[in-house]
Amino acid sequence: MKIRLRELSHFDKEAAETLIQKDHGLHPDDKYLKPGRIPHIWCPGCGLGVVLTTFIEAVRRNRIPIDMCSVVSGIGCTGRVAGYLDMDTYHTTHGRAIPFATGLALANPQMSVTVFSGDGDLFAIGGNHLIHAARRNVNLKVICVNNFNFGMTGGQVAPTTPLEAKTSTTPTGNAEPGFNLPYLAHAAGAVYVARWTTFHPRQLAHSISQALNKKGFTFVEAIAPCPTGYGRPNKLGSGLEEMRFYRDMTEVRNGADPKLAEIRLREKFIVGTFHDTDRPDFLENYDRNVVSRVKSKQKGKEKGKAA
Amino acid sequence: MKFWRLPLDAEAHSIPQGTVNIIESRCKGCGFCIEFCPNGCLKQSKRFNVKGYHPPELIFHAEDCVECGLCSLICPEFAIFTELKEAKKITEDDIQKVTTRYSRRDRRSFKR
Repeated sequence: MKIRLRELSHFDKEAAETLIQKDHGLHPDDKYLKPGRIPHIWCPGCGLGVVLTTFIEAVRRNRIPIDMCSVVSGIGCTGRVAGYLDMDTYHTTHGRAIPFATGLALANPQMSVTVFSGDGDLFAIGGNHLIHAARRNVNLKVICVNNFNFGMTGGQVAPTTPLEAKTSTTPTGNAEPGFNLPYLAHAAGAVYVARWTTFHPRQLAHSISQALNKKGFTFVEAIAPCPTGYGRPNKLGSGLEEMRFYRDMTEVRNGADPKLAEIRLREKFIVGTFHDTDRPDFLENYDRNVVSRVKSKQKGKEKGKAA
Repeated sequence: MKFWRLPLDAEAHSIPQGTVNIIESRCKGCGFCIEFCPNGCLKQSKRFNVKGYHPPELIFHAEDCVECGLCSLICPEFAIFTELKEAKKITEDDIQKVTTRYSRRDRRSFKR
């Protein structure tokens, strides 16, 4: 029997790249994306693209010029966002997105600084930075994409993994309960706390655009399906099935106590805008308590010298 | 059920009609747009794209697209978007169509 094999052709990188370049500009969102970077590396069924689309929609809705918008992200799947957006973006070291963004926000107060990072980056290694930035009320907009595990490194257990959930490092079930992120951010002093899933893209876009308008530390949690890292070991199915799960198992409750927003495996959880207040942000407090007092002291000294 | 007249404020409103544009080479076949399109305008096609996924395609009732933009918002791949084609006036046929669509007789309501 003669077996005819298909002739193998070498991968033509140039042709593939020209194809990708040719596609750029077809979509109206492409002017916010770096040319030649889409298609992104995220898995089919991943919710990160949805969060990125809603963020672009929120920026467009608020008419923030691209020059005045900057995005800082940490390490992980979500950290790739900085590489895809055609703005002033920075891909920092693991967990240090908020310190970098704090410096950026203090150096240029007119700039809208968004921290776009994952749960493993913001709450595992960068947990302290987040609570202190929230306590100081630095003018930062934090978007935390929560997929309940460390996705990029192979689905290890993260501080947000619910109790009894299986991951690659907890094959018999997680023994630790996960963080309740909105409650934590609220307790640390964030002025705006919201949680939505990727099944609620309109509400998420509205929430992000509200957060971009606010002054102070805002926190938006976006729950995203992770079919490879979290869905597969927990038998949650593909990304689409996880989206159906979010449709059936979420309850929109705006203004609810964030204490109730705990997530347990395969149980109903609440989404919505939990907290929305105003309080003086870091620069305002610093100007009032340090800068103005030092200036008045210096004036007194100068007067003394003149006399 | 049959409506015997148009709504009184029918002239103040219009039905937007959109065109769905699909950039097929970007699609990774997650199926979010097909599942969550409120009017059920999309279905999975049988052909393959460059990556080997089945991209979505418009079904026969393509004029049902009301340019809500949910598909472009929910697509993680920046592969689908809608454009406003025209905004047409409300006629009695439209009212009838909408009532049958959301009644149980329509087959597409069973899909969801």
